[in-house]
Amino acid sequence: MSLAARVEEKLYQNRYLVDAGKPHIAIRPHEKPSENLLAMTHICPAGCYSETSSGQVEITPDGCLECGTCRVLCEASGDITWNYPRGGFGVLFKFG
Amino acid sequence: MIEERFDAIVIGAGMAGNAAAHTMASRGLKVLQLERGEYPGSKNVQGAILYADMVEKIVPNFREEAPLERHLVEQRFWMMGDRSHTALQYRNDDFNEDKPNRYTIVRSQFDRWFSKEVQAQGAIVICETTVMELVSDAYGKVIGVRTDRRGGTIFADVVVLCEGVNGLLGTRAGLRASPKPEHVALAVKEMHFLPRETIEARFNLRGDEGVVVEAAGVISKGMTGMGFVYTNKESISVGMGCLVSDFAENKDTPYGLLEAFKNHPSIKPLLEGSEVKEYAAHLIPEGGYNTIPELFGDGWVVCGDAAQLNNAIHREGSNLALTSGRLAGEAIFQIKSRKEAMTKQNLALYKKLLDDSFVMKDLKKYKDMPALLHANSQNYFLAYPQLVSKAMENFLRVDGTPKLDKEKATIGAFIKERKWSGLFGDAWKLARAWR
Repeated sequence: MSLAARVEEKLYQNRYLVDAGKPHIAIRPHEKPSENLLAMTHICPAGCYSETSSGQVEITPDGCLECGTCRVLCEASGDITWNYPRGGFGVLFKFG
Repeated sequence: MIEERFDAIVIGAGMAGNAAAHTMASRGLKVLQLERGEYPGSKNVQGAILYADMVEKIVPNFREEAPLERHLVEQRFWMMGDRSHTALQYRNDDFNEDKPNRYTIVRSQFDRWFSKEVQAQGAIVICETTVMELVSDAYGKVIGVRTDRRGGTIFADVVVLCEGVNGLLGTRAGLRASPKPEHVALAVKEMHFLPRETIEARFNLRGDEGVVVEAAGVISKGMTGMGFVYTNKESISVGMGCLVSDFAENKDTPYGLLEAFKNHPSIKPLLEGSEVKEYAAHLIPEGGYNTIPELFGDGWVVCGDAAQLNNAIHREGSNLALTSGRLAGEAIFQIKSRKEAMTKQNLALYKKLLDDSFVMKDLKKYKDMPALLHANSQNYFLAYPQLVSKAMENFLRVDGTPKLDKEKATIGAFIKERKWSGLFGDAWKLARAWR
């Protein structure tokens, strides 16, 4: 079993209140991803970032753990815009 | 949403925020605390170890009320080889004292309790509210916050920023820079549930005794990082963290690293048969003293992780957050009692109190450690642990080789890897940075 499959199983344990249609992270449109943006396809602990067949990086932030790693790596260069989800939305830790 | 004006607005209901809000509200200040989670603690992630002394200074009888897991009687440091570990282990029955020094906790539960204490002191706590930006006057003084609620601008004399390592407000307002990838570690953690008798048997515990395992070595694949195993009453917290810059370079996945750690032959038997109920991730400020930003200004102070107040060497963070929040609250109370304004000049009192406390003294002591470990991570986290493991194996495996030959082989392996100059250099640099 691939590790990518395993992270989805991990996220399945968590509680989320997804703010449908209002993603809190967005990627700037690009032809070729920067090195840091590409690195997010490995580093994101929720596996939110993936590479498309044509080589761009896309994001599905539903499983986001709100850690901020992508912000630290990709916000300064303008690769992404990052906000916290609206109050009450996003991941809800029972144990934390 | 709220028309009245507050003495202080506290952003966030983590350790720093709750400490600050409790300190100010218990002294009669009008405090509003804003938290973006569904309930206080629902966005907070920690290992988690609680240091009693720092809580006691805020809620003296917390042991009777707070949801605590186990008090710690034993600490294990494990240097991990590929299939081995070399341990430094300390256990002391004196830690079974009336008022134990350290506990494991479950953060979401602890924070929920702590917030009730804060509310009991008279602070108003509003959850499910994300603060969007700080509001300043024409002179740049912070005078309030704008939230994501309708008509959500609220005013106060001072805003206490306890927004955590990934705080957006202070950075967006230009009060401090965002953390750099080499100054924060990304940690992932799972909660493994087991019957308490099983945990007690596996970790050699009686009753509410607890054990901490901190593990470093080949598990981080040469990156600056650590793994941990903390015992709770009916669960085990297992996690693994490395610097974000190292992750970016190595292209490892954090969950892949955690899986490998859990499957290490030294860890696996401890977790066997457990049920995983949560997976979390969090950044940890690791830059230390040299990365602490400006801590105060006109109408604002910053505490805890948002201010990079974390002692990476001793794995202490929550106590620095508790202390900085409490001292910020005390400084604000003192200024308020003198009927003075929350200017930068007056709020410098917070920094003075912090400088006089263990928080800044400890961080200053280790100011060179983060950079040293980062620059030498391949040696400290990969080469040496492998060499130590081989040396221990040579020492213990009885196979008819004369001991002198074994010693020569061990020393030879160290010299081959690092040369004499490298070995002495590494030891010297470590000793200097530790001092």
